Amino acid sequence: MRVGVFICHCGNNIAGTVDVARVAAEMRKLPGVVYATNYMYTCSEPGQEEIKQAIKKENLDRIVVAACSPRMHENTFRKTIEKAGLNRYFLEMANIREHISWIGEDKELNTAKAIDAVKMAVAKVMKNKPLYSSSFKVNKRVMVIGGGVAGMQAALDCADGGLDVVLVEKSPSIGGMMARLDKTFPTIDCSICILGPKMVDVAQHEKIKLHAYSEIDEIKGYVGNYQVKVRKKATYVDWTKCTGCGACMEKCPTRNAYDNFNFGVAPTRAINIPFPQAIPKKAKIDPAFCRQFTKGKCGVCAKICPTGAINYEMQDEIVTEDVGAIIVATGYGLFDLDKFPEYGAGRYPDVITGIQYERILNASGPTSGHILRPSDQTEPKTIVFVSCAGSRDKSLGVPYCSNFCCMYIAKQAILTKDHVPDSQSYVFYMDIRSPGKGYDEFTRRAQEDYGVKYIRGRVSRIYPKGKKMVVRGADTLLGTQVEVEADLVVLATAVVSAPGAAGMAEKLHISYDTFGFYVESHPKLRPVETNTSGVFLAGACQGPKDIPASVGQGSAAASKVQALFSKDMLESDPAIAQVNTNACVGCLKCVRTCPFQAIKEEELRNGKKVAKVIETVCAGCGVCTSTCPCGAIQLQHFTDNQLLAEVNAICQG
Amino acid sequence: MAEKEYAYFSGCSLEGTAKEYDTSFRLVMKTLGVTLTEPEDWSCCGSTPAHTVDHVFAAALAARNLAIVEKMNIGTLTTPCPSCLMAFKKAHLGMTEDEAFKDQVNELLDEPYEGGVISKSSLQIIYEDVGLEKIAEKVTHALPDLKVAAYYGCIMNRPPDVAQFDDPENPVAMDRVISALGVEVRDYAFKTECCGAAFGVPKRAMVNELTYKVLSMAVDAGANCIAVACPLCQQNLDLRQEQVNRAMGASFNIPVLYFTQIMGLAYGYSPKELDMDKLVVSAGPLIKTRIPIAEYRAMKEAEAAAAKKTPKAREAKEAAKTEES
Repeated sequence: MRVGVFICHCGNNIAGTVDVARVAAEMRKLPGVVYATNYMYTCSEPGQEEIKQAIKKENLDRIVVAACSPRMHENTFRKTIEKAGLNRYFLEMANIREHISWIGEDKELNTAKAIDAVKMAVAKVMKNKPLYSSSFKVNKRVMVIGGGVAGMQAALDCADGGLDVVLVEKSPSIGGMMARLDKTFPTIDCSICILGPKMVDVAQHEKIKLHAYSEIDEIKGYVGNYQVKVRKKATYVDWTKCTGCGACMEKCPTRNAYDNFNFGVAPTRAINIPFPQAIPKKAKIDPAFCRQFTKGKCGVCAKICPTGAINYEMQDEIVTEDVGAIIVATGYGLFDLDKFPEYGAGRYPDVITGIQYERILNASGPTSGHILRPSDQTEPKTIVFVSCAGSRDKSLGVPYCSNFCCMYIAKQAILTKDHVPDSQSYVFYMDIRSPGKGYDEFTRRAQEDYGVKYIRGRVSRIYPKGKKMVVRGADTLLGTQVEVEADLVVLATAVVSAPGAAGMAEKLHISYDTFGFYVESHPKLRPVETNTSGVFLAGACQGPKDIPASVGQGSAAASKVQALFSKDMLESDPAIAQVNTNACVGCLKCVRTCPFQAIKEEELRNGKKVAKVIETVCAGCGVCTSTCPCGAIQLQHFTDNQLLAEVNAICQG
Repeated sequence: MAEKEYAYFSGCSLEGTAKEYDTSFRLVMKTLGVTLTEPEDWSCCGSTPAHTVDHVFAAALAARNLAIVEKMNIGTLTTPCPSCLMAFKKAHLGMTEDEAFKDQVNELLDEPYEGGVISKSSLQIIYEDVGLEKIAEKVTHALPDLKVAAYYGCIMNRPPDVAQFDDPENPVAMDRVISALGVEVRDYAFKTECCGAAFGVPKRAMVNELTYKVLSMAVDAGANCIAVACPLCQQNLDLRQEQVNRAMGASFNIPVLYFTQIMGLAYGYSPKELDMDKLVVSAGPLIKTRIPIAEYRAMKEAEAAAAKKTPKAREAKEAAKTEES
């Protein structure tokens, strides 16, 4: 066995605090190591060339590179040695940068630790076996979860590229948050006017299959071959018969159902179509309010429906969709008023959230676009906007900026002046954050052309005084306390992860951060990929995002799927678990512990029951190896022998 | 036999300016079957002056008393004064969460405090330990004319991680206790607004303004008296009311009672027993209409029956009223 060791300086990243020459010299002393050197940038082209030359000249058959994390360059060096004729699994990397040089300043100690780390890699590489990947077919069908603007963009781009798309939306209509907005900044475009055509495109596209009012029950499989169980929730209306005429909604006697679409600004009927442009434009019964369900009698809608579409006996239906990739575009949630006891915690009807005000401004909203305050339906003249209601507030668990509130507050203040010309708006703000194309000009316009008064400071309390709401806060520029007597107060409540985001992440086997936002593969260079191959992200499920950014990510995720699907076959990673059927006693503990359901029971020809790993499903996590009581399951490339060789290398030296 | 027992730390105010708080609290506890045992040789809690100078010293003053209570084997200390309460809670939290701080404090004490005492405000033990059901059970008299605004002051519930009681922005414990007595309560927004506290001495103008705001908010909410749980709040709202009237051009004449005095009235104690005469703004006219609960119920029933008999007459009367307004 002839091992070659290459120690990288990584400029000063490693050489600054590790004596790389000494590490190389120490390695030369090890049995089996016939060549060891150090080099400025091993990952550079000349660096890789040196490895190839050394393999030829010194007849090397095992390579160790001591450099950065294998997450950075393992693939680079595997390809390098493959080009020189070695099996790619005859490479080991020792991470002497992230694990050593970056975290300690004592050169002596670092060097000693680096020597140990490289020794381990040498011991392991000598036990490595050649492994070969197999290839498998890709199902070129993509699922998009979430029918907001990001998901719609992703679905349309994939479908236009010729892929079959399954779009799953939790609520009765696609459109997401954008469908609820009145206008969009900084152009004051009517939101539904620009979104509507896209929604229609989705509905009419022959390549897009839409499951509205549906949720994901279970996801099985792996990149290229996912099986997703979709729960089509009972709407109690047969959508194949419903024409969306709305007669049921008009005649429904229950007038106090909670209106999810309008965020409870006004009540709706127990059977309803969420909004005029809804897609699909179908009715749905809310059994929490419907008298047929709560009292057991009513049946008005069933009598009135001209097509006989009402079916009170309807049950949830489960359909399974096979897809090769998944784009997650599940959007975001918003803080509720109950998070703000100092602002009344929802007890004051004239303290509302930004999204509720959006519905009040909207022509198809509950007030038909007239600004009327909820308490007495009168037109407010003094409106106070409170930005950062929860955002950038560690005590509420939201240390981050919600990204788009500064902009929508400016928009709402401008629209308020348009609706009620003799009104005066005030904005309490921490900082005005408007870093986008045309954004800063827009917030300026609110102040300079629309006379919106911006007060820099936070609001400490909101309390009622007669018919007014008094907003008390600090003006930190004047260094004084201010009180504004307002008719209506709008809180820009913090953007949080969508309800159920963590559960969805667990179904998808993707990671999420402390706040429930999904984690991308790399914050700069892989913004729409996840660490689970075949699952991509788009929109605010990854973090608060405005419309242009969400649309951009939708398209980006679609292009990633196109790239993935450009191949007919994918290569599987051979570093997976393997069962030694002679040692296996068939206890099947591994079947129960495998988080990916990748192990099943198999009967051998002699009748013995053993565990069997499904190669394509196994993710190589190694849980089964540590579970197996008789060491019969071994994770390839990380076998017990290989790991023990590493342990021995540091314990015996 | 007493059902519950607490170590009772009355504090300095309750021996002087807030004597009526002490008197009424003791009477109410007697009615509710709670035994109060005064720790022997208790001393100053540390209050505001100490913690503005030195936290270790402040904690030591409080912990001296906690150490005495710890030896009594009662477990829970109760104090009516929120300022004493804060001193005890802060000392206790500081010493149980930080070993080094505990050592520093204990160094100053003859007997060390080991962290075995729970401190609760008198409002908290009444609301949580006695409970609304028991409170209602003992009522003997109705107070039909009282419309109460419950005022908690700034530190009864705050900071929340120290106080660990009720809601820091919209507390409800006192409102519910008074409601349980059958007395009408008015909701309003300034339950925890600052009364000016001890600034009544150095910055009287500021206190006038703050007190004015609290009083007018209570009056606007339709209250005709204020219930308090803090000696300093009581002093600012009651003793300084005339001062506020002069400074702000107002004409408040709203009595400010300790909530325990209202409880005492509902439990049948005489105004004299409850030291009602110690209030500056007299509550006399409001409590004059107090009647035994049985009589009150009978009266209400008769009224309801009469209204039922002549619903049309009542409607006509109401219609006439709305026309007038």
